[in-house]
Amino acid sequence: MTDISLPSAKAPLNGDARPVPRPQAAWGAWSLRFAALSYLAVFIAVPLLAIGVEGLGGGLETFVTSITRPAALNAVWLSVWTAAVMTVINTVMGTLTAYVLTMYKFPGKAVFNALVDLPFAIPTLVTGVMLVLLYGPQTAIGGFFEKQLGFRILFAPPGIVLALLFVSYPFVLRMVQPVLQELEANQEEAAHTLGATPWTTFRRVIFPAIRPAVISGALISFGRALGEFGSIVVVAGNIPMRSQTAAVYVYGQVEGGNMQSASGVSLVLLAIAFSITLGVDFFLRRRHA
Amino acid sequence: MRELRIRTPLQALLLALVLGYAGILLLAPMVAITQGALGSGLGKLIEALLTPDVIDAFELTFLLAFGAVIINTIAGIALAWVLVRHNFPGKNVVNALVDAPFSFSPVIIGYALILLFGRNGWLQPANFQIAFAWPGMLLATIFVSLPFVTREVQPVLADLTREQEEAAFTLGASRWRTFRRIILPQIWSGLLYGIVLTFARSVGEFGAVAVVGGSIERQTETATVFVFRAMDDRNLIGAYGVSVTLGLLSIAILVVMSLLRRRPAR
Repeated sequence: MTDISLPSAKAPLNGDARPVPRPQAAWGAWSLRFAALSYLAVFIAVPLLAIGVEGLGGGLETFVTSITRPAALNAVWLSVWTAAVMTVINTVMGTLTAYVLTMYKFPGKAVFNALVDLPFAIPTLVTGVMLVLLYGPQTAIGGFFEKQLGFRILFAPPGIVLALLFVSYPFVLRMVQPVLQELEANQEEAAHTLGATPWTTFRRVIFPAIRPAVISGALISFGRALGEFGSIVVVAGNIPMRSQTAAVYVYGQVEGGNMQSASGVSLVLLAIAFSITLGVDFFLRRRHA
Repeated sequence: MRELRIRTPLQALLLALVLGYAGILLLAPMVAITQGALGSGLGKLIEALLTPDVIDAFELTFLLAFGAVIINTIAGIALAWVLVRHNFPGKNVVNALVDAPFSFSPVIIGYALILLFGRNGWLQPANFQIAFAWPGMLLATIFVSLPFVTREVQPVLADLTREQEEAAFTLGASRWRTFRRIILPQIWSGLLYGIVLTFARSVGEFGAVAVVGGSIERQTETATVFVFRAMDDRNLIGAYGVSVTLGLLSIAILVVMSLLRRRPAR
């Protein structure tokens, strides 16, 4: 199965880099390489550089000032903790879903297998609108929670976590599923024959095999959640200090023309995203080593 | 791995847990929005979808998506090729950079483009508007959907055996002809999958195009940006209608994706 938007947990991507010997090919190869690398430089490296220069060009002091404003700090913290809560739930449910999809036979399985990719295909803004319709204060469910249980789902952290759970559902699941499919059935059967309980089999045989994929999936969904914007801006609104996440904060600052104050939070988000990319690379590579 | 029939209560419980979770998380919101959109009748819904604002918004969305697909397909194949077949210093960095759009917030991408091309932007040309106009939005769309074709084509290219290619070349075929006749047919289904993903991502993009386009009504308003404004203006029927249309489009994309995936192994 082809993974969507996930680094492959299987083959290293370098392939057979041995060039076919062609005397006249050097010029063509050079220009192809130049074109491909300039494409990457123009569309990715230059914009990233712009943020780096804007954030750090004014000196470290400007950076510290822009990131230590209460609204900025609060926004980063809200993003981090809601993403962490989502990651815990999503890692457990994603792994279970992958397990059920791989091991069990049940009617409607093919449809279910396609449905779990829905969050990849549906615009995140539409996700936000759907959640407002389901859990908003004027709906049956939202009204029940507010009147009977005394807390709001929307325009508050629970709504943010729900939105994040929706958009990141496939990440852990699609990382773990191919690894489970490749597991040798006989290992599990052997464990079973030797008298291991299903739980022991899972803990000693299955989990060690899928662990790198589970961790990478968790990291990827955490990183994705930190930057999530479309669904959150609808579900959580834009209330500073209460329901404003880091990405929504950056949006507010840019819309208000405060370019400099957006740069601190942007740099922090970029730094975390880079670290996560490196972390995923580390966990996946260790598995091949 | 072989599949099990459900036998023990524990297995049934696990299956129910997973299906219940997915049902509440994914299906319930879809039911809610369908109800919301059809709440005031199909006639009202169609009327709301045929307003000039909505038509303009979809037109811009599709233009941006097609632009991003064309550029990211051509350049993505070239990039995948270079990453698989060439060796050069810093290749690991380049390889990591391809994934950048997956992990970066779209808002930050929009922000970066404004820094470059906005008022007092560092690269803003004198007589050609990039930020707050479609060229900036196209740049944003290209950025967010850049990795898909590259990442789908790259593993397929890496798996190719070289015999046919070498034979074709020995027999005097040009590089372009070898690519078109030998390589392209082999990477075709991966490429198509990448194109579908690029298109889906481009149509659904909101944060980056909203920031760099400045959300100007009927000028830089894509379908998603329209939904955002309609929610703000309490034009709920319009917001729900366009949302449902985008939702249906994504379901169609999912169907195409699973058809492509079911094809025999490449």
